[in-house]
Amino acid sequence: MTYLYVAYAATWAIHVGYLITLAVRYSRLKQEINDLNKK
Amino acid sequence: MKKAFPILGLLTAALLSYALYDALMVAPKEQTMGDVQRIFYYHVPSAWTAFLLFFLNFLASIQYLVRRDPKNDKVANWVVITFAVLTCVAAFVIKLVPDLMKALPEGVELSSIATTGPIIAGIYFLLRKLFSVEDSDALAVTTAEVGVVFCTVVLVTGPLWARPVWGIWWTWDVRLTSTLVLWLIYVSYLVLRRFSSSGQTPVLAAALAVFGALDVPLVYFSIWIFRTQHPQPVIGGGGSIDPRMLRVLLVNWLAFLCFAFLVCWSRYRLERLKRQVEETQALEALLEPRGAVR
Repeated sequence: MTYLYVAYAATWAIHVGYLITLAVRYSRLKQEINDLNKK
Repeated sequence: MKKAFPILGLLTAALLSYALYDALMVAPKEQTMGDVQRIFYYHVPSAWTAFLLFFLNFLASIQYLVRRDPKNDKVANWVVITFAVLTCVAAFVIKLVPDLMKALPEGVELSSIATTGPIIAGIYFLLRKLFSVEDSDALAVTTAEVGVVFCTVVLVTGPLWARPVWGIWWTWDVRLTSTLVLWLIYVSYLVLRRFSSSGQTPVLAAALAVFGALDVPLVYFSIWIFRTQHPQPVIGGGGSIDPRMLRVLLVNWLAFLCFAFLVCWSRYRLERLKRQVEETQALEALLEPRGAVR
């Protein structure tokens, strides 16, 4: 059972990790857009 | 479209929860492997989703390469149409020649050969209609990145299943090795896109993606062609599966497909936004007075 739970947890850790990197890239891009608008 | 995203997100979350419940509670326990077999409900749908995304990356990359020149575009359209017709003709020829019929791997249906070409052609022309040349490059980046995420899940869950069942984490078997090579090819594709600033980067990346996609059929058919340690296919390869397990597998695949679609949607929007910002920054740099450059 341990392997099963580790596999499921690892799957979601990978997906959530990727979603976090997407969110970080979005926020950086928004910051860049705001800087461009200020200019 | 903006309103559709959260609604689809909620529906996908509900479907993923239902699929998880199905995989852990509803699917029957496998007699020899026990509960560890349930890894299969995450491992196999992730692999199928990764293959589908790499296939879309392949089509988007081809379109980016050929559509920049109208002559090549026309030739490519005719190649795709010819391929679709040839697969239909091949199915009839195989049916007429008994020797060819015998050579067909177990579990391969003639109907699947006849429909593969038209389905691929259909997807090719649908992408052509929906995406411009530049957008097909953005689609290629998106599908490669999300495909790598799903392929990573496959490479992590596989050894976690193999350790209790085979007694080893990894073996240099054809299926496993070709999957690792596939992952490495697409990681190198993403590294190329991330760190190369040359104007030719999208062209080089598209060419790499076309060759990388050749590994996908090798991964898929490796367990049919070679003697491997990896379990034989449960669908379409002469194998069998309990109908209750098949239902859970398909529910999980549907859930992961919906999830992949939403992630690709977000990543695609991010890519397009990034390109717009880069264009604006480039224009601004051109319009800046000369003194400011110093």
